[in-house]
Amino acid sequence: MSRWPIDRFLLWLLRGTATIAGAIVLLIVTFLVMESLPVLQHVGISRFFTDPSWHPTERLYNLTPMLWGTLFAMVGSVLIATPLGILSAVFCRYYAPPAVARPYRKLIELLAGIPSVVYGFWGLVVLVPLIGSIHPPGPSLLAGIIILTIMILPTIALVADASLANVPQQYVRGAAALGLSRWGIIQGVVFPAAKSGLLTGVILETGRAIGETMAILMVCGNVVQTPHSLFDPIRTLTANIALEMAYALGDHRAALFVSGLVLMAMIAALVAAAEWISHGRIYG
Amino acid sequence: MEGFMVNSLGRSLDGRELLASILVWSAAALVTATFCWLLWDILWHGLSQISWTFLTAPPRNAGREGGIGSIIVSTALILGVCLGVSLPIGIGTAVLLAEFTTEASLFGRFTRRSLDVLSGVPSIVFGLFGNAFFCKTLGLGFSILSGGLTLACMVLPILIRSTEEGFRTVPAEYRLSTAALGLSRSTTLFHLLLPAAVPGLLVGLVLGVGRAIAETAALIFTSGYVDRMPESLLDSGRALSVHIFDLSMNVPGGDAHAYASALVLVVLLLAINGIASWLAEYCLHRRIVTV
Amino acid sequence: MKPSVPASGIQPWCPLEERPACCEPTPFIEVERLSLHYGQKPAFHDVTISINKGCITALVGPSGCGKTSFLTSLNRLTDLIPGCRVSGSIRLDGLDLLDPNTDVIRLRRRVGMIFQKPNPFPLSIRKNLEFPLREHGLRDREQIAATVETVLRDVGLWDEVKDRLNSPALALSGGQQQRLCMARALALSPEALLMDEPCSALDPLSSGVVEDLIVGLRNRYTVLIVTHNLAQARRIADYAALFWVQNGAGQLIEAGTAKQVFTEPRDPLTAAYVSGMRG
Repeated sequence: MSRWPIDRFLLWLLRGTATIAGAIVLLIVTFLVMESLPVLQHVGISRFFTDPSWHPTERLYNLTPMLWGTLFAMVGSVLIATPLGILSAVFCRYYAPPAVARPYRKLIELLAGIPSVVYGFWGLVVLVPLIGSIHPPGPSLLAGIIILTIMILPTIALVADASLANVPQQYVRGAAALGLSRWGIIQGVVFPAAKSGLLTGVILETGRAIGETMAILMVCGNVVQTPHSLFDPIRTLTANIALEMAYALGDHRAALFVSGLVLMAMIAALVAAAEWISHGRIYG
Repeated sequence: MEGFMVNSLGRSLDGRELLASILVWSAAALVTATFCWLLWDILWHGLSQISWTFLTAPPRNAGREGGIGSIIVSTALILGVCLGVSLPIGIGTAVLLAEFTTEASLFGRFTRRSLDVLSGVPSIVFGLFGNAFFCKTLGLGFSILSGGLTLACMVLPILIRSTEEGFRTVPAEYRLSTAALGLSRSTTLFHLLLPAAVPGLLVGLVLGVGRAIAETAALIFTSGYVDRMPESLLDSGRALSVHIFDLSMNVPGGDAHAYASALVLVVLLLAINGIASWLAEYCLHRRIVTV
Repeated sequence: MKPSVPASGIQPWCPLEERPACCEPTPFIEVERLSLHYGQKPAFHDVTISINKGCITALVGPSGCGKTSFLTSLNRLTDLIPGCRVSGSIRLDGLDLLDPNTDVIRLRRRVGMIFQKPNPFPLSIRKNLEFPLREHGLRDREQIAATVETVLRDVGLWDEVKDRLNSPALALSGGQQQRLCMARALALSPEALLMDEPCSALDPLSSGVVEDLIVGLRNRYTVLIVTHNLAQARRIADYAALFWVQNGAGQLIEAGTAKQVFTEPRDPLTAAYVSGMRG
């Protein structure tokens, strides 16, 4: 190491801070496990899927309707937001004149920072009544999908924009020199070259869609049921935690921590997938 | 480099080309229209409610009347706690990762990996953790301190990431030349690297503040709902975003003030965003992606 | 598709004194008073030259004298650079190239380009060749496969890659990548080929292979090649043109047959440059 004592002191100080930063994830997992352990021990994992319903006060702990809720909302919004977000990035990079592209990108950057509670509020006062007038009751899976789409769209749009920007210009020049048309170049050269960046974007937006709580809580109606149509109200895992944490005690509280663990597992799987795709770092 | 455009790749009357153009333009139009609708709606309904009294008076009648004075104070205190804790830890970690570890070192890889995971953790899980750890285990209860600490965990990855980027923009020659002059690494760090990395640090700071101020789910079970003016950090305090949530979900007739609070929050975030991209563009000479 | 002369058709190198090989020079590209500006900054000014069909014309001169800019204006790749203005006139086989109504997609199909740095797409070897063909409307699978084989044979790559057509093109060596890029350009059967220092990023051995290929294109294609390597220009060119920076912009100093430019230059600058005293 270094011969300066102050260097050694500094290094240990920095190592200390880094250890704290690195340990938070472990701490989170430890606490989730510790808090959910009681219910896992005397209820068991299988009952979270086989119980007749979710009535934690009556010791019935079926999480499947909420899992379906999370899954449907997530899949729906990712399916809509991905093409929209990628097209919006393509617009920014290859279609819009510079005078339009710059403010458009600023707009998207701004939207990435709007709090979920504001999106949720807008959904509650504008979107839900609108859907309700088409097909009551209004708070529904559809409302959730639309709000989630709006929320995750900036994520995929910005990541896609950044990965399109990273496509080497020599590819575009080479393709143009071969007399390829604009969409021909985008589809045939730009997309394959930006593939891993685009996939990372999809993973990031999926993570956001799974983890989103407030907005979806505000527009989905929160009825514990497996939805049969787009207009059925649903409750997601995250909304369930937010709704019941305030009064949950004992096993009920522990069961909520179990859903927290499930969420963590989903995110860990996504991070692993991203790692696998990019063989590198994913955030930022 | 942004200069190289494919705008004029030539016209083609090919049907597919036309379809692609229509699709791309309508996607952009749809996105723009939706977001303008949203922003306009908030602005239109919120602006009429905003006044000096609204910003300074305490809320009355569950927030239907009065203002958001105490709520702004609570939000600021939560932010203060969050930054007070996350800044030293974040900068220390960033310095270690950028200057004192190699890509291959086990410790560095472990820290990076766990920060990757941390940046993806849903905010409600932070809420669960904060509730279990800060409120219960450490006995801080529902308090501004618990809320701030929970948020500190949440913003760490963003903070570390941007600060590290700031250090990476410092040319390697600086380090070599100071080493060649026989200076300690600490001297190099404090006199050369830190000043050079300040823009990156500031960007991270601003982004972290943006994320913290927008957060709701992590705060409901840590800093709580109490809308009184907080007297100490151990008092429960209601953040602005929690206020919006409560007004719109639990208080019938609270929409008007919810709109106004949402407008305040959006304007704050707009300002923060503006500062971040200004910093990024003028100091770092490059764009940042805020995800 | 265009029937290609097999690889054995590559002509042996012939001494400078016996060139040009094309017996009757017919102008294919006629450039008149062409100037190009990047914003306010001129790249080259007032260039008038005519490029003969089926011949190899070498553009030589020091760095930054507008040779590459000149080349890219010939297939309107300059359109892609914001703030780039081209004035003057270029006629390709009678077609007014700078006319805004000119179909640049068809133009770029007629005028292929090889870049300094090999730029195969991040796709498989096969896809690199097939995809531009498909984009230009060729649908018949057998015809596509036949063209792929023909052009790969043309550039002498077939035997090297025929067993791994589906592996990524970026895994090829630099010289192989450059030959793949040539095959990709040839697959569209262009009439002219613009080459921007095609050998400068390659090692001497690959460079030699690519150079032989270029010689083999004589008579079949009109080749315009930018090169820094005077020896190479001497070896392969039928015609030569010297660019030089004067008054802050590139200028065409002298153009003529390679023999004339290299052995009896008219301009003292050319004389100094070709003898290695300047530039």
